[in-house]
Amino acid sequence: MPWGPLRDLFVEVLLVTPSIRLTDAEVRRGGRTLWTGLDLDVEPGEFVAVLGPNGSGKTTLLTVLLGLLPLAVGTCEVAGRAPHRGSADVGYVPQQTSMDALTPLRGRDLVGLGLDGHRFGLPFRGRAERARKVREALLQVDALDLADAPVGALSGGEQQRLRIAQALVGDPGLLLADEPLHSLDLARQRAVVELLERRRREHGTAVVFVTHELNPVLPVTDRVLYLVDGRFRIGTPDEVMTSETLSELYRTDVDVVRVRDRIVVVGAEDRLVHTGGGPR
Amino acid sequence: MTYSLLDLLALDFVRNALVAGVVLAVLAGLLGPLVVGRGMAFSVHGTAELAFAGGAGALLVFGTEAIGWGALIGAVLVALLFGALGRAQRERDSVIGVLLSFGLGLGVLFQALYTGRSANKFGLLVGQIVGVDVGDVLTLTVVGVVVLVVLAVVRRPLLFASLDPDMAAARGVPVRALSIVFAVLLGVTVALGVQIVGALLVLCLLITPAAAAAQVTASPTLASVLAVVFAEIAVVGGIVASLDAGLPISPFVASIAFVIYLVCRALGALRTRRRVAVATP
Repeated sequence: MPWGPLRDLFVEVLLVTPSIRLTDAEVRRGGRTLWTGLDLDVEPGEFVAVLGPNGSGKTTLLTVLLGLLPLAVGTCEVAGRAPHRGSADVGYVPQQTSMDALTPLRGRDLVGLGLDGHRFGLPFRGRAERARKVREALLQVDALDLADAPVGALSGGEQQRLRIAQALVGDPGLLLADEPLHSLDLARQRAVVELLERRRREHGTAVVFVTHELNPVLPVTDRVLYLVDGRFRIGTPDEVMTSETLSELYRTDVDVVRVRDRIVVVGAEDRLVHTGGGPR
Repeated sequence: MTYSLLDLLALDFVRNALVAGVVLAVLAGLLGPLVVGRGMAFSVHGTAELAFAGGAGALLVFGTEAIGWGALIGAVLVALLFGALGRAQRERDSVIGVLLSFGLGLGVLFQALYTGRSANKFGLLVGQIVGVDVGDVLTLTVVGVVVLVVLAVVRRPLLFASLDPDMAAARGVPVRALSIVFAVLLGVTVALGVQIVGALLVLCLLITPAAAAAQVTASPTLASVLAVVFAEIAVVGGIVASLDAGLPISPFVASIAFVIYLVCRALGALRTRRRVAVATP
């Protein structure tokens, strides 16, 4: 087949490898199917918000993309390859957790763990390079002044900035964020969203953003993946966030109201309560 | 004063004791920050009591030669169990409390049944560092080197898994496997510590120096270095002082470590106040 390699080259040059490619994906946890038949391509630089009630499998999607949970059915590719543990292609920002006051870590240490904390062996090689990368990541989130501060003594917003630096230090093409705005005040939320927005604009990093609250990220969201009880809808916020679509997803009357630049969902509140556990 | 110290150092048993103490303090100082970071101070105490029970049981059944093995088996088994308990603090604490008191009871029973030299009995509780012989020192050094090598290989992921467990799991660090590895390292160190400073003082070497270091630095490397230095000061100072005074080693090691802790706490409070003062001009 003389044209085989040529075709491959053509495909490689003209088509950009998607950051994520999920094909007919099904996930099961504890014998229960969370969602099935999910097809999703996320392009570099795209911002996808993942919404839905608790237990709908939002975080599980991230677990799959991190390579920690295999799909029951279908295929998953991250940057053109099967996801694997500790991949440098993927950065992860967890929900904000407070760190113990006497945790023996400084800002630079926390960020550094994101770079090579998963590697075994002696850390003798590439120390200067490591320090440079950590510095660069701190600079990206305006946190150079936190480099030597004990992480336990920092505020929630400062810790979250370090978390983002920790996720970015490996220069990932894909950033997964799990409720990173939770328990941050409005100003801090805005700062975090601005950071992610800048990152994807300047570095083409795709962002998958799990959240229960779309409004803080609405201006930067390209597409929404809305999951409810195994049903889902993918589209732009205007396509998905309508009374009709959400009523179908929730199988009950849901009203979606636009108030200025905010979207208010009425009728599904009891399913959207965020505090741990939730209705199911 | 100086000449008496030099005279003491000329004695074999003093040299053995010092070498054993130095090796033990290195291990304790390196593991200590991880113990503190993982919130495992109480399980170290539990592990020490079970090492005591294992040692006392071995002494009763097999004689003095077997104490080391008994302590090792008791400590490693229970450390593995504690390592597998997971991170729910309350449940963990109560299980440790249950096993600790049971182990202590067993140990006391074994000791009551033992009819040999009473020094053999008390050594396990309060330490018998002057009874350390060349064979003990050799064993301790070999085990110490093995622990150091393992620690060097797993240190970064272990630190990650200990201080930032959710993130470490997300990055693919084998958090559970590492907690088992850590449990074995801890069990071995505690078993050695029980034979030298005694079950009651193992905490004093594994916790106090690390807790003191955590007060004055947030750098993980510096915390380890300081914890080793503090443990060395306590052990070597304790041995020399106890020989000089003709009293058991335990109170001296404990007192020196405690004073170091108090000083570090004061320094830490000062440091925090300065930081607050800078932050709010």
